[in-house]
Order: sequence, then C-alpha cells, then structure tokens
Amino acid sequence: MKNRTKLPNIYLAFLIILMYLPVAVVIAYSFNASRQSSVWGGFSFSWYKELFSDRSLIEALKNSLIIGVLSSGIAGVIGTLGAVGMAKAALKSKGIIEYISTLPIMIPEIILGMVFMAYFSLMKLPFGMVTLVIGHASFCIPYVFMMVKARLAGIDKSLVEAARDLGASETKVFLDITLPLISPAIISGMLLAFAMSLDDVVISIFITGPRTNTLPIKIYTQLKTGVTPKINALCTMMLLCTLVLVVLANFIGRKKPVKD
Amino acid sequence: MDTILELRNITKSFGKTEVLKDISIQIGKGEFLTLLGPSGCGKTTILRIIAGLEEPDGGRVFLNGVDVTEAEPNKRDVNTVFQNYALFPHMNVEDNIAYGLRIRKTDKKEIAARVAQALELVQLSGYNKRYPHELSGGQKQRVAIARAIVNNPKVLLLDEPLGALDLQLRRQMQMELKRLQKRLGITFVYITHDQEEAINMSDRIAVMRDGVFEQIGTPAQVYDLPKTSYVAEFVGNANLIHGRTIEIKDGVASIEAAGGLVKATVRDKQPVPGMEVTLAVRSENIKLYTCSSQTGIKCRLKEISFAGGMQKIFLQLEDGTEVVSSSLGMNLAFEPNSELYMSFDANHGVLVDL
Amino acid sequence: MTIKSRKKNKSNLWYGVIPLYLFTLTFVCGPLIYMLVLSFLSRAEVWGVEKVFTLSNYIKIFEPVYFNTFIESLKLALLTTAITLLVGYPFGYFMAKLSSRGKKVMMLLVIVPFWTNALIRMYGWIIIFRSNGLLDKLLMGLGLTDKPLKLLYSFPAVLVGMVYALLPFMILAIYSVSEKLDWSLVEAARDLGATRLQAFLTITIKLTLPGILSGVVLVFIPSMGLFFIADILGGGKFMLVGNLIRDQVITTRNWPFASALSVLLMILTSLIIWIYRRVTHVKDLEGLV
Repeated sequence: MKNRTKLPNIYLAFLIILMYLPVAVVIAYSFNASRQSSVWGGFSFSWYKELFSDRSLIEALKNSLIIGVLSSGIAGVIGTLGAVGMAKAALKSKGIIEYISTLPIMIPEIILGMVFMAYFSLMKLPFGMVTLVIGHASFCIPYVFMMVKARLAGIDKSLVEAARDLGASETKVFLDITLPLISPAIISGMLLAFAMSLDDVVISIFITGPRTNTLPIKIYTQLKTGVTPKINALCTMMLLCTLVLVVLANFIGRKKPVKD
Repeated sequence: MDTILELRNITKSFGKTEVLKDISIQIGKGEFLTLLGPSGCGKTTILRIIAGLEEPDGGRVFLNGVDVTEAEPNKRDVNTVFQNYALFPHMNVEDNIAYGLRIRKTDKKEIAARVAQALELVQLSGYNKRYPHELSGGQKQRVAIARAIVNNPKVLLLDEPLGALDLQLRRQMQMELKRLQKRLGITFVYITHDQEEAINMSDRIAVMRDGVFEQIGTPAQVYDLPKTSYVAEFVGNANLIHGRTIEIKDGVASIEAAGGLVKATVRDKQPVPGMEVTLAVRSENIKLYTCSSQTGIKCRLKEISFAGGMQKIFLQLEDGTEVVSSSLGMNLAFEPNSELYMSFDANHGVLVDL
Repeated sequence: MTIKSRKKNKSNLWYGVIPLYLFTLTFVCGPLIYMLVLSFLSRAEVWGVEKVFTLSNYIKIFEPVYFNTFIESLKLALLTTAITLLVGYPFGYFMAKLSSRGKKVMMLLVIVPFWTNALIRMYGWIIIFRSNGLLDKLLMGLGLTDKPLKLLYSFPAVLVGMVYALLPFMILAIYSVSEKLDWSLVEAARDLGATRLQAFLTITIKLTLPGILSGVVLVFIPSMGLFFIADILGGGKFMLVGNLIRDQVITTRNWPFASALSVLLMILTSLIIWIYRRVTHVKDLEGLV
C-alpha cells in the first residue's frame, strides 16, 4: 500500500527532473571554462564577460525587451478594454470577433508569421520594430483578454450592484470595484504575454526587418550556424528573466481576493 | 401614516415568465414590511425594482412622492443589504462602510464619525481594518447592514439577510435587526421565506405567491385570519377542510364536512347557504374526543410524533383529507388506528378563499 | 425619456470593444483574408504576385513531394500528441491529487518551462544528444554502448524535442479538469464494486475527457508548425509543413503556394477546434491560460 502511494510522487519527480535537465545542462555549461561542450574545463565567468561585450547581442536583448514591453502593454489595454466591453456589449458580431481575436494563439504560429509577412508588405509597412510589435501584440492580446474575461466571469454580480446601490455611477463602479478585482488578471495576463513575446521565434523570423534582431532570432541563427558557448550564458540570463516573471505573475495572479 | 414608498401596478416579465403581475402596495414611514413567500414568487424582483437594479415593464415606483421609476440605482435614496452581503473583498470594513459616503463626497471628519457610529450600532467597533475574508458570517452580515444604514437611506431593503446564518445566530440577529430598525426609524422592506421570521419582526407582512400579493396585513391578521388557503397553509401551517355551508345564524356558519358538522365564525365576507367552502384550522386549535357529540368530524388516528415539546397527531378524515393536531406536552390517551372525533371552536375556524 | 432609452444609455463600458474590434479586423481578419486571396493568385515570373486567378497552388499541394511532407507532418504531430497524452495524463492526474501546497509548487515547476524560451530548452537537448555528448558519455560510461549513438539529427531527437516543447500544454489541460474532478464520484464507483482500474476507465477518464481533448488540440495544432525543432534537432533532414511553408516564403518566395499550404493547415486547424467545441460544448480550451 505504501509503495502505491509513493509511485505517483516518483513519477512526478522523474518527469520534473527530465523537464529541467536540458535547462540545467545549459546553465551548467554557461560556467564551463572550456570552449568544447563535451569537456568540463572548470568554473568560469568568462562567457558572461564576453556576452556583455557583444554589442549585437545587447542590441538584440534591447530590441526584445522593447518589443515585449510594447506588445504586452498594447495587449493590456486592448485586451482589458475588450473583455470588459464584451461583457457589456449587446453586439451580434461579439461571438465571431471574439473567436477571430483569439485565433492568433489557436492556429499554428507559422501561418500567422507567413500571413503577416505578406500582409505587411501589402500595406507597405517598414519591416522592423513596428511590424514586430504589431505581430507580437496579435498573440499577446488573447492572453490578456482570456484571463480578464475569466476573472470578470468570476466576479460576484452583486458587488457591482451593491456599489451602484451605494450611489456610485457606472464609471465609478468600474474604477472602484471592477478594475481592482480584475487587476491581478490583467497583470498576470500581461506578464504571460510578455514571456510569450520574449519567447517567439517563428513569427518574428517572418516579420523582422533586415537590421532588426531579437534575442530568439539571434539564438536561432547561432544554433543553426554554429554555437559559441556565449549562447549558454545568454540563455542562462534569459532563464533568469523568465523565472523572475513567473514568480512575479504567480505572486500577483494567485493573490485572489477571498470569496465569501 | 405617511407613505414613503409606493408601488403602483408593477408588472415584470423575464422572457416569457411573468414574474410580477400588477403589484401595488404603499409602505409607511418607519414601517417594517416583510415580503414573505417561497423562492421564485417574485419577492426579490420587487426589491430589485425598488433599488433600481431592475426596471419594471409597467407601473410606477414612488419614493417620498417622487416618481423614481426611471432613476438610476445610484440616484435613489434607498440602500440594500444583499443576500450574500456583497462586501467588497478588496476593501476593509471601514472602506466598505465609508464607500457610499465617499461617493457623495462627504466631509472626511464626518465620514469617520459616521462610520464609527455605524460600527457601534452593529456592535463591531474596533473591526475597522479587518478585511471581509477575516470576518465570520454574522460579522459580515453586520458590516453589510452598517454599510447600508450609514447613508441614512429613506428605505432599507434587505434580501434574506439572515439566510446564510445558522439558526441560533439567526434568532439573535432577528432581535437585533428589529431593535435597530425601531431605533433608527428607517423603513425596512425585508424579504424572507421563513414565516416565523416574518411574524417575529414585521409591522406588516405581504404574503406573495406567483407574482401577486395574496394578503397584506399585520402578523396577527395574516396568522390568525388568513384570507386564502395558501396564506393559511404557508403562514399558519393550517389544516384545510373542504365542506358545504348549511346555514348561517348569529354570525356563525354551520358547515358539513367529511360526514361531520363543524362551525365557523363568519367575518367580513358572508358565504351563502349551500356554498362549497374551505375552512382553515391551525393544528393547535384542534380538539380530539373519543366519542361523538353535536359537532365534530369522525377521523382515524394514523401516527403520533413528538418533537420540540410538541406532540403531533396525524389524522385522516373519511373523505381522505389529512389533518394534523398538535398540543403541548405528551398525551398518551390515544392509540394508533383508533377512531376519534375532531372538533374546534367556531372562532378558530376561518373561512378562506371566499 | 422612455424606459427603453435609459436601458440603452445605461452602459458606456461597451465602447471598450472598439480597439479590440479595430485591431482584430485590421491585423487578424485582414491578413487571413489576404492569405485566402493570395492562395488563388499566380506567382509572377521574377518576383511577387500576379493578379491572375488560378487553382494551381492547391493542385500543387498534391504533388508527391509536397503531399508526402504533409502526411509526414501529420504523422509526427499525431505521434507527438499520443506521447504527450501518455506522459502528461498521469502527470496532470497525480498533480491534482497533491496537497494544495504541493499543487502550488508543482504548478510553478510546470509553468517555468512553459514560459521559458523553447530555443533554450532545445539547445539543452542538443548538448545532451550530440555525438559524444552527455547521453553518449553516460551510456558508454555505463558500458551499455561502446560507440556514440549519433542521436542528434535523428527522428527520435525531433520527437523528443516536440514532446518536450508541448508537454506543459497537455499537463496543464489535464490538471485543470482533474483538479475540479469530484473525487467522491470515483469513491462512489469503488463503493459500488468497481476495481481501481474499472473506476478509472468508467469514471475518471470520462470526467476528464474535456481536459484530454483540450490537451490534444493544444498539442496537435502547434506541432504542425514548429519548424525550428525539426531544424535544430533534425538537422534539416526532416521536412514538416512548417518548414515547407517557411522555405516557400523565405527562400523560394512563392507566396501563393505558401498561402495555399497555410489555408489547408488553417482548415485542418479550424476543423479540429470545431470538432472540439462540438464534442465538449466548451468555447475556450481548458487550461490554456
């Protein structure tokens, strides 16, 4: 009986280890003094030093961060307003628009990348930061939208009615009651969107400009052409960013207002 | 009595369901009015219409003589205590209570004073900084009440406010609410499906059924003199006996029912001889005899049960009608399946559905 | 003012949908419609597109070279989905049975890779799989093999990469329904005489079906398009629809054909989502966010 109850835990642990193994390997090798990944040449920070002196990588990092902040910011505004509006609107087109707006995270990314490339050149948009931000916003919006929508649905209707009853106008109710209650969802939606933006290769490859590199694109090309151990250090840095984001999102998102 | 709130010919449908069918009532200043009825009878809809959270399809709502039918909920001098309290989870007790005052841009000092006063009134002084999830059910209830009364509304609406509390706390809160209402002199419109609660607390009770008022009256009127068989059963747990009037003499009707004869006092509405009538008799007013006399109906004892200091005897009349007789204490004189005669005083028999 | 008009004026918040509508129509609907139009146009001799209607792009898909790619892609996607389900179901299921603290920790552990750049995670596998890499060293050290296995740039490597990349989706989908599962139903089945296995097959599987389906959709759809995994771990030896579309767009610059391929992929995707919705009557996918 004892073994039976332990088996699930062993399975969970085994899979978690497997999940983190490649990540751990990358981190470990980022401190490897040897240039060859098959040899452990002792502990060293040299790759990090090289990383920070590589102008093009720093440039790519800067681009990725700007795109991430802008697209998740746009998503925060459009997604939140959209979810709140959708809850109030009595439009016939509501369902279909909602469906189409979530398509970017439903369909294979490759389609999105391809059609954006064709469409942006049709619209004569200059490929680069602008196209990247628009492209990323397209798949960031659904994350915020869906999270806010779910949270809105969970808000007790009588809270809004109580505020109205106590004399608040509709706008005041939104600012005093609804917004504070959905803000964890907005923030964790935006953080998720930011992480997804930071993660994206497939779409970015299609819509980036000749002189604009994002970090994932940079990593991708390096992986295809030839790896310098610098990439280990770069990946470790990105992992650190992700970890901070996840912890942050968890902290904010899980802090649910306790229900009656 | 000055009228503070009037509903005039209110109708309301949700889809095809008619929830309110031509509802009219006048509620006086300082009155404690209870809307009593089972769930789905439309009582909550009335409350929501008064609060402005719902709009009637037809009819008018007057508050203090002003037509407020179309006024937004935030523009009405009416506050609600919600069934699930609806305390704002992200605000502490103080902020919850002060919310309405802040909306009205009340002076800060005055807010503090009035919040403190309201908290004292509901005996929660010192709980200012607590959050709703740190409070017990009864405390949340008090905060919800404080949040509403702090605004000095003309009318306070309470939607089954004690529904979620356990029996003991409920009883205690009933008393407190009643005391509070008397002290503040605010008009209460109170919803419940519990007849005991309604009788204990109200100045007047409006018994509702399927979107209409069956009877509006003081607790005594509704309890002792039900107008309809529905009110008799719902409020007084009365037995209903069907029969035919034989004669009416000196304000007393003789009625033939289930092969026996009973008498009932005639009140505002007169039956004519030979008319099919329904009699309501509460169980505690039924007397049982082992032998027949001039009045009385033959019946068979089916079962005896004992609970809460009351003995209940379940009887069946010859026409199949089931009747319950109850009395205080235990009386072991009767045996199951024995044949008995039941009777009651004429003034305890109430002719209903006339 | 009539009663009706008040009702309409009541809420101004619905104006919030305007930006969403504008963005969706301009940057989601527009591109997709353009893709559909492109797929029926001819490719210009030198560069770009000619406005001549043709079905040839669709006919071209059925040429063996391309059609086989589609079939291979489907096969890999199906295999990936099957493995993630087999591996992920027990995980999500066991996870739902943990204490609330355990659940929180597990959730965090699953979410981190989900949020982590897929390329980084793939790169870790390269180090492990590469000839004379960690895995080879380990196996040779244990005396299980005497020469490097050359696992990198093989089909198993691609499969591992795909499963690895998409597993969190499956786990989260399964977990989100398992967590809501009323365990007393399973206990009731056991009480009524079902064995552990019977209870699992007749109750648990049925009740977690929405999660299973959602997970399948969430894994299957992206697995058709993750070209970079086949690139990095397959060393360009494996052509998937994703690689095909990319090559048609970037290398060959045959946009109409790439569009036709995308339209087909899109139809396939929509079909899967449509079936999912029909079966589960749920609009949003379980465990997506």
